[in-house]
Amino acid sequence: MISELELFRNETLAEGLVKAIRRYDGRPVSIMEVCGTHTMAISRYGIRELLPPNVRLISGPGCPVCVTPSFYLKSALELCRRENTIVATFGDMMRIPYKGVSLLTEKALGRDIRMVYSPLDSLDIARQHPDKTVIFLSVGFETTVPVTAIAVLEAAQQGLDNFMILSANKTIPAAMHLLSSDPEVAVDGFLYPGHVSAVIGSGLYEELAKAYGIPGAVTGFDPADILGSILYVLEQIQDNKATVANLYSMVVQPGGNPIARGKIDEVFEPSDAVWRGLGQIPGSGLRLREKYRSFDAWSLINGSVEERDEEARGCRCGDILKGKCLPSDCKLFGKACTPETPVGSCMVSSEGTCAAYYRYQ
Amino acid sequence: MAIPGEVASVSGDRAVIDITGIRREVSIALVEPVNVGDYLLVHAGCAIAIIDKQEALETLELLRQLAGNIHD
Repeated sequence: MISELELFRNETLAEGLVKAIRRYDGRPVSIMEVCGTHTMAISRYGIRELLPPNVRLISGPGCPVCVTPSFYLKSALELCRRENTIVATFGDMMRIPYKGVSLLTEKALGRDIRMVYSPLDSLDIARQHPDKTVIFLSVGFETTVPVTAIAVLEAAQQGLDNFMILSANKTIPAAMHLLSSDPEVAVDGFLYPGHVSAVIGSGLYEELAKAYGIPGAVTGFDPADILGSILYVLEQIQDNKATVANLYSMVVQPGGNPIARGKIDEVFEPSDAVWRGLGQIPGSGLRLREKYRSFDAWSLINGSVEERDEEARGCRCGDILKGKCLPSDCKLFGKACTPETPVGSCMVSSEGTCAAYYRYQ
Repeated sequence: MAIPGEVASVSGDRAVIDITGIRREVSIALVEPVNVGDYLLVHAGCAIAIIDKQEALETLELLRQLAGNIHD
């Protein structure tokens, strides 16, 4: 099957799509790619440079590490300094600076911080260390949250009471509504996230297209997929239509993955959440339901950290996450802020807009 | 980032998948019963979708049409 999928990378097809896109002669448009992995792919394949000047790609808030507010990091730093505590986290989270400190610098000081690939790995750590509290730093959208939900359910079933999570999990729909309705953002079309959509399905986007008159396409991550989606959106704009195409139907079904959504719903309930750069979005976060509250590491913080998001001086991650400016518009970009010495979260994760621009442009 | 892999073996809610020669155990608790030879999309140690070959080929056809539409 993979050899047939290689066809997606077929240069002739990509060339045909690029030629078709270049024939677009309508009004100038901004198309937002919502997902961080798309941002990375667009930069890696140089897609931005292939587009005519009247078609601009802007990056949205689809990198979970990037949208995690500073108070979350402050809380994580507090937790890693507790006695008999192991903090388990994805690699990207280790490097986000908060007032000159990061989980990586704390690790160098001897705190027990472990990098994991999956929330399920942090359960193994909890099993191996029954005398310590293992706290998983739970960030992510609908692709990662169901896996965290499985981890919590397994911990509950197995009576692993030394396992906890610090949830900054978020859901995409409320953010999409905000971005669609914000006149400052002014998006003309969306490239919808491929892997989040595998869980939530493509139905939501039909609603958005109808409500705001903005067309879009669910897309995969190969050049032809992305180019085809851009072309679809341009055709829609030219024809004054706002419908949604699913160009990633090999993975994304209209109804998404109901088992995954069921797991999320079993373990989590919606809550308000602060997004870096976007502020508080009602109903866009997830907190543990009452039944699983004993796994909630926020109870250890107990209100001692104020829920405020602070940008480092000069950092424009907030504007970049809303697509209001490009990384090159930030004075710190490539100078004080590089992947080796990141100032803002968008330069930390490989899925971050600034990191992708820095690496490939 | 999510990656596709081919199912090499299945045991309960775990499967061993082959990702271009590298084998790794993943959870399959979120997808329908899977069979050896299926392709799975794996994210954070867990399969989140079964990849549909027929749909993949149809998308390819759609892309060809999109590219062709403007040429004509």
